[in-house]
Amino acid sequence: MHKEFLMGNEAIALGAIAAGVNLVSGYPGTPSSEVLETVAKRRTSDIYVEWSVNEKTAMEVASGAAYTGARCMVTMKQVGLNVASDPLMSLEYIGVKGGMVVLVADDPGPVSSQTEQDTRCFAAFSKLPCFDPSDPQEAYEMVQEAFEYSEQYGTPVFFRPTTRVCHGYASITVKDETEYQPHRFEGFVKDTGRWVIFPRLSYQNHIKIEARNVKLAEDFSRYSRNRIYPACERNQKLKKGVVSGGISFTYAIETLEQLGMARLFKVSTPHPFPEQLALEFLDGLEEVLCIEELDPVLERELNYLCGKHHLPVKIYGKLTGHVKNAGENSRDSVQNDLVQFLGADAGGSPGNPDPPALPARPPVLCAGCPHRASFYAVKTAMKGRKTVFCGDIGCYTLGNAIPLDMVDTCLCMGAGLGIAQGIGHMEPDTACFAFVGDSTFFASAVTGVINAVYNQANMTLIILDNSTTAMTGHQPHPGTGQTMMGEIVQKINIESVLRGIGLTVVETVNPLDYQASLECVKQTADEPGVKAIIFKSPCIALTRPSGSMTVDSRKCTGCRKCIRELGCPALILSEGRVCIDSSLCTGCSLCAQICPAGAICSPKGCTPCPACAVCSPKGRTPDPAGEADASGNNSSCPADDACHLADQGGVHNE
Amino acid sequence: MNKNIILCGVGGQGTVLASKLIAAAAMKKDLPVMSAETIGMAQRGGSVFSHIRIGEGLHSPMIAEGTADVILGFEPGEAVRMLPYLKDGGQVIVSSRGIMPVTAALSGTPYQSGEMISYLKTRTDHLLVIDTEKACRELGSSRVLNMLLLGAAIHSGALGLTDTEIKEVIKERVPEKYHNINFRALEYTHSL
Repeated sequence: MHKEFLMGNEAIALGAIAAGVNLVSGYPGTPSSEVLETVAKRRTSDIYVEWSVNEKTAMEVASGAAYTGARCMVTMKQVGLNVASDPLMSLEYIGVKGGMVVLVADDPGPVSSQTEQDTRCFAAFSKLPCFDPSDPQEAYEMVQEAFEYSEQYGTPVFFRPTTRVCHGYASITVKDETEYQPHRFEGFVKDTGRWVIFPRLSYQNHIKIEARNVKLAEDFSRYSRNRIYPACERNQKLKKGVVSGGISFTYAIETLEQLGMARLFKVSTPHPFPEQLALEFLDGLEEVLCIEELDPVLERELNYLCGKHHLPVKIYGKLTGHVKNAGENSRDSVQNDLVQFLGADAGGSPGNPDPPALPARPPVLCAGCPHRASFYAVKTAMKGRKTVFCGDIGCYTLGNAIPLDMVDTCLCMGAGLGIAQGIGHMEPDTACFAFVGDSTFFASAVTGVINAVYNQANMTLIILDNSTTAMTGHQPHPGTGQTMMGEIVQKINIESVLRGIGLTVVETVNPLDYQASLECVKQTADEPGVKAIIFKSPCIALTRPSGSMTVDSRKCTGCRKCIRELGCPALILSEGRVCIDSSLCTGCSLCAQICPAGAICSPKGCTPCPACAVCSPKGRTPDPAGEADASGNNSSCPADDACHLADQGGVHNE
Repeated sequence: MNKNIILCGVGGQGTVLASKLIAAAAMKKDLPVMSAETIGMAQRGGSVFSHIRIGEGLHSPMIAEGTADVILGFEPGEAVRMLPYLKDGGQVIVSSRGIMPVTAALSGTPYQSGEMISYLKTRTDHLLVIDTEKACRELGSSRVLNMLLLGAAIHSGALGLTDTEIKEVIKERVPEKYHNINFRALEYTHSL
């Protein structure tokens, strides 16, 4: 055993490796992505790991592995589970031979997601067991236990951390490599009565599943991570209890250790609910507060139990308005809820008087991002026309921000294509565009293109190909020619795919060439039927910047067109003058190409501006601290931290 | 030793590396450490923070309001944003250089970081404002902000860590060619 400072997701990965996992598949999505990446980085030689093309495929790949008796894990974020739910809902009836952990990271807030859905509910819906860790150390140990339960009961199990557990760090104790338990397996054994789903088999297995879950609930009442903390109940006369789980439990126990005024029940397996232990907890209590995020899962279970056993206990929580019913809990919100529930003295600080107005810092496309140029070209080319711009999930969702304002709709991965078709069928005079990134294209847009071609839609497909899955931290995908096993393989060419589907108009253009892009959009958009433009230029995190642009104040007329129309973070105002922040500028030159006064020039081509020191003619200075980052990631990323340890933005995926 | 430390700034300023160094130095002293930081969309030019907690008997990676021993503000407005976390008598160390958000450039009403520093002065007696622009010029690098602030925090005594302890982890985690510039930045506030 030794100590490491690990992110929750890294701890989960190391736990799975220690448990002898044989295969890990997944699709990137914040806050889950680092699990698979860590497995790839820290794997022992016989572990197979892949970024699958989407979550459904990842689930199927893992299922196949589990049929052989191998231990496997499949990783995704909560909305990814929606994509993978088809195979999972059937797998529930088939079961597994090798242990199978379905890791789904939930995102209360949501911090970087489209939904606040609760995978604990999905566990109940699919009748599968669910593990809910509270911190990195527990996650490390619990994932190993999850494999044991999965194998013992022959069922896939959910492992559901939330953002603060996934991305929290802690110094934790982990096994040395010599202590890892290798998992040997038998291989696939043909048995159509077991592996081929038919209505009769589903019926028979449904009976078994219901019986199994009763047994599991009893088992979970003895599981040491479901626990009553009487230590928090120093005053025996009080008749109050608190139920919690996940990250909220850490907030609750810290508060209750100070206040000592309630019995605390930690639920680590929300499904099947550990009824027996819950009854012990409820014994003698009059009031219980449920502290949880997302859906009132624990609260409903307790209400059910109280009804079933005629217990005179009042259950409070989200359903009664005692805990907020949306958004993330915080250390302070939980403390406040508990203080109120217990009638404790808040103590509290006097608070600060209102500070001056703080700057809002909404997320924006990076300086030099090729997506900005693509959006700008389409926007300018289609000016004055009736248009709808259907966006999608990825960095380019940020094209919605002022001044670009180029995302009229965004729903889920790949949906932009279908939405553009639907609007087009109802409004034939509207020029409908769908924007989709390269990773999202492979994940969930191909079927949308086939549908458009087959059903004679009239739309323009814009592929924003930056050669990576940028928003979740630059994962490879089928178009990049790299796999997570470290192999270099043939790239799947998007243009060939589109032509193979039957598109005849497929143009590829560099978005950083403004005139060419503008002409391309103007010509292509008027073609009939389904046509595509591939804007191809790598993410700035993948390339070295070519040096900062500069503004010649003698030529600059102060019209601010660059700032007003591009919204690039490197274009700033200093003492009323337009300047370029040389620490951010990558030299993409889009601003120079649209400047009506020709006042912006590349580092080589102009005399330094004498007005101020902001536009440094020297361009970017080296970055000793940033480049020195121990993570060894891309040091050329101008967003620094962004692509090192933490660029795992990510709505769903790209 | 129990310490609650907050680092805050704008994505790209080096808060992540600084927090990793603090955690590594504490671990070397066999102290339990936890941290939580901003990851995600907010990072692209957005406000970022790290909560670091050092000591026994902790559960939550998040610091409760009014309990931070020290706030390292990589940007004045961001330090003000985190001020509710500062405990009575806590230390604030802040870079004087404001970073304008894109929205301010668009609206043409630049935000005034000077106002933020003035506000901080009225809120705490333990405020250290570092002229990081001057320091970076003198050190010949624009990217040592994190080391400057970390150095100042060490010298204030608020971290409970020493120069030597931080240098040791820098040596382990940072390529040798960058040791010198990082050490000089770390020591810069000594001479102030």
